[in-house]
Amino acid sequence: MKCRKCGNKASVNMRQHKLALCKEHYLEWVPEQTERFIKKYEMFAHDEKILVAVSGGKDSLALWDILTRLGYQADGLYLGLGIDGGINYSHESQRLTEKFAGDHSLKLYVVDIEKTYGQPIPVLSQISHRGHGKPCAVCGLAKRHEMNRIARDLGYDVLATGHNLDDEAAVLFGNTLSWASEYLLRQGPVLAASDGLARKVKPLCRFYEREMTAYSLARGIEYIYEECPFAEGSQSIYYKELLNQLETARPGAKLTFYLRFLEARKRGDLFIEKNIERAHLHSCPKCGQPTSTDDLCSFCRMIEKVNSMPVS
Amino acid sequence: MDGSYPDGRIPLQGVILVKLVLRNKEFEVKPGMTLLSALQKINVVPESVIATREGEMILDDEILKDGDMIKLIAVISGG
Repeated sequence: MKCRKCGNKASVNMRQHKLALCKEHYLEWVPEQTERFIKKYEMFAHDEKILVAVSGGKDSLALWDILTRLGYQADGLYLGLGIDGGINYSHESQRLTEKFAGDHSLKLYVVDIEKTYGQPIPVLSQISHRGHGKPCAVCGLAKRHEMNRIARDLGYDVLATGHNLDDEAAVLFGNTLSWASEYLLRQGPVLAASDGLARKVKPLCRFYEREMTAYSLARGIEYIYEECPFAEGSQSIYYKELLNQLETARPGAKLTFYLRFLEARKRGDLFIEKNIERAHLHSCPKCGQPTSTDDLCSFCRMIEKVNSMPVS
Repeated sequence: MDGSYPDGRIPLQGVILVKLVLRNKEFEVKPGMTLLSALQKINVVPESVIATREGEMILDDEILKDGDMIKLIAVISGG
């Protein structure tokens, strides 16, 4: 497969775009597209201060890298969750985040949950009895709280997270399965600021997880490869795997799912039955059954057509 | 030299199998097939991995050769 731009051997193939690029042109394409989405969804401007929530994972480090390359004022915030799981998970993710910040001369704030609040996330979860034996609910709560607190206290205009399209599609899928309308109506690339809450944006929301992995590899970004030890068996991972099977069979399915949802939400088409124009029905002159056509119904029309064909 | 590869694999009738590694799991397939075919054979969803050979990303249409060591990088993250 050849690079669409230069004809050299391609390193990344994006079937959903019918686009294959070599490493060099891929590393140009990703920031270009990110800038396009930042403008399209009016996420932020170059004179605004951005706080990037970085976890040491491929998406958040890639986001920070891209925003820096695009010339944005982007500082990082790392939250030390105190998760070990036998693999020194938090320690290693912090090390990689600090290394990235150091290598690129970027400002990084580190908030250690245990030092700030007395206990690491797993213990907070146990004591508070939230989350059915897993700390994920408490982890999410703590992250949202602390990200907003730091953004607000330090005067950042916007908080950016590394959520990619697979993340968004998995959440959308889960909320659709349960018809969680309140969550569906809130999901999108931008969550506007409101009293005491910083604007939150997802500049990578239209990139597949696979594309962000390719970007990080191509850029040589060292990220934590191991999963959070508590992520095993999680619903979001299960949904992502299902959607990837769909995507393998139907390239572009994930992207279409997400983009059509955003369009429908913008139009106000979700959950409002009165906006749907019902078809006017008439009686078929031959069989009398209701039909939306002006003449024969589709079935009678088909029978008439078959009957009018010469018998061979 | 005994003709074996650095990782100890020994040619069988002149063919060295292709090794694919995903996290801590290893798979072997015969050379000569595309990466896509190899992934299908070992039941790995292509959308869920990026394949590299000697540190370089390779695509689904890449023909796997004798003795190739393919690292499959899982792309799905959770949490």
